[in-house]
Amino acid sequence: MTANTLVRRKNTLSFGWGTAIQAILMLFGLGLMINRWVFGLGATTALSDPRPWGLWISFDILAGIALAAGAFTMAAIVYVFNVKEFHPLLRPTILTGFLGYSLAILGLTVDLGKPLDMWHMIIYWNVHAPLFEIGWCVMTYATVMALELSPMLFERLNWNVPLKLIRSISIPLIFAGIVLSTMHQSSLGTLYVEVPDQIHPLWWSIILPPMFYVSAIGAGMCMIIFESTISGYGLNHKIPVKLLGKLAGWIPYVLGFYLVMRFLDLILTGDIGAMFAFDGPSIMFWVEILLGYVAPIVFFSMPAVRKNRYRLFWVAFLGVFGLLLNRFNVSWFQLEGAPYFPAWQELFISIGLIAFAMFVFNMAARFLPLFEEH
Amino acid sequence: MTVDRRDFLKMSGAGLGGLALSSFESSNGASHSPEADEDHSVLYDATICVGCKACQVACKRRSNLPPDLDSEGIFDAPKGLTADSWTVIELYQEDPVTYSFVKKQCMHCIDPACASGCIVSALYKTEDGPVLYDGDKCIGCRWCMTACPFQVPKYQWDKTVPFVQKCDFCSDRQDEGLDTACVAACPTGALLSGKRGELLEVAENRIKDFPDRYVNHLYGKDEVGGTSWLYLAGVAFDKLGLPKPDKIGTISPAKLTWPYMMAVPGIVVFMTGLCTGLYYYFRRGEKTGEEA
Repeated sequence: MTANTLVRRKNTLSFGWGTAIQAILMLFGLGLMINRWVFGLGATTALSDPRPWGLWISFDILAGIALAAGAFTMAAIVYVFNVKEFHPLLRPTILTGFLGYSLAILGLTVDLGKPLDMWHMIIYWNVHAPLFEIGWCVMTYATVMALELSPMLFERLNWNVPLKLIRSISIPLIFAGIVLSTMHQSSLGTLYVEVPDQIHPLWWSIILPPMFYVSAIGAGMCMIIFESTISGYGLNHKIPVKLLGKLAGWIPYVLGFYLVMRFLDLILTGDIGAMFAFDGPSIMFWVEILLGYVAPIVFFSMPAVRKNRYRLFWVAFLGVFGLLLNRFNVSWFQLEGAPYFPAWQELFISIGLIAFAMFVFNMAARFLPLFEEH
Repeated sequence: MTVDRRDFLKMSGAGLGGLALSSFESSNGASHSPEADEDHSVLYDATICVGCKACQVACKRRSNLPPDLDSEGIFDAPKGLTADSWTVIELYQEDPVTYSFVKKQCMHCIDPACASGCIVSALYKTEDGPVLYDGDKCIGCRWCMTACPFQVPKYQWDKTVPFVQKCDFCSDRQDEGLDTACVAACPTGALLSGKRGELLEVAENRIKDFPDRYVNHLYGKDEVGGTSWLYLAGVAFDKLGLPKPDKIGTISPAKLTWPYMMAVPGIVVFMTGLCTGLYYYFRRGEKTGEEA
């Protein structure tokens, strides 16, 4: 298929209910964001002194950034490990990653008490603070991803000079993305290392940083399968099942490595007994481990699963669910503080942000060379 | 100085990561560092406190804090620390004869987790001991509220442009050589201010001289690496709403995260090298100059 026919096909793809729902949720979310800026956090959230961080941190920041790890993982697979056949997955994956980070940053504009002072992190440094490292990495990595995606725009507009320029630095950009991701994916874990007494021992660990890093890679790969299947149906562009199956075949090694780290740590610290307490946290632990990690390891090891688009999707969903549950446990369910359930405004701002990300992806697929390169 | 079980367990996991976490050793009891001995410090003796709340009033007056109103707009005593109450007196009562008052405020840690974790250094430790807050720098991320082992920082949730609020140890008064407002207001001598090294001695002598009066623990001497506020009491400290000593341990949380932060430059070099190495390894035998 030539680029011309591709563009024509995208343009004729009709707008359906999907796009309409995305637009409505997005605008509703925007309205709620404005409401939050005008009336403050107390009036629009369920947050309180004993529960200062809620849904926006657990979902938009922690889970959102971890699930966007597919972007640097796919970049490493294609460019570092030189597995060229995954090239068609690269652009949609990096776009998803970029949108994930945009979502995190937009989430911060409502979560921060003084969002207009967000830029302070550029001038007031604290090298002791994990948040400082996370902030800088997110900022620079979002820029790196924007640059990695920019050829899409330049190709569409036939701007050959900037296209050449950006292509000449594509490898350093990819490397920078991998290094930055390693830094901040693990630093999100370092953050929670600082509250050893407030997180249930089944979740707190001195090795949270490497565990956050590895689980983000595993779940990020699941997320690639998950979202490319959804966008494949919605946008009538199916990624070959053979490719997704091959990717799925690597996931058990990553998640297996994660489980080894997690259990070894629990054994060495002596906290392993807590998983047999059969109280709330121990049940939560088993749900997370069995559904979110063991099940994907087992099912992705089966050739019958890896050859079937439908099964791949649902197993990948389990992997995404496992990561979500893990980050929610660390930052919310198993973290001491007042009982908390997000206010409806919090919920619909998060939903609105996802709708926004889907809407942008939707538009990019229609109007930019997202799935093919020249 | 002993390392309790939980601390030991926390550290034993460190070998797993293969990371240079050896910098926090069991011997790092910050409380006996000579610098901290010179810090401004206050000893609160709960067995002397009569719960008059003069300190609470003095604190509000000095810092111009509005009264805490109940839902009907009528003045009500705060039940715990709030954005507008930087210190409160709470009462623990088991039965009519067994009870104790307890004063709450920022503990002014020697190695504060809030300052270590603050993304913009809005919270910072001063030379003399107070942990201060610069609201102009603050971006409102509220990590300090979670990071604080004592849950001291509070937030102005009802404001459109909110700030973190907590006791500033009357650092302005201390600079002028005055006692903090609460100490100056205390009519019973339950609050005693001085240099930390001296107060440690005073407190330990009190426990030695009156073993029946006190639980045998000087709270704040070793907790989370030591605090500038020291507590003596006649009932267990967790009953007074303070975190159990063996729960929060004797190591500052800041000591746990710092090795990881120090490892960052190494990770950058290692990952860049790894990427470059693998890049050429997986292209061995390929003609150079061709890209994708």
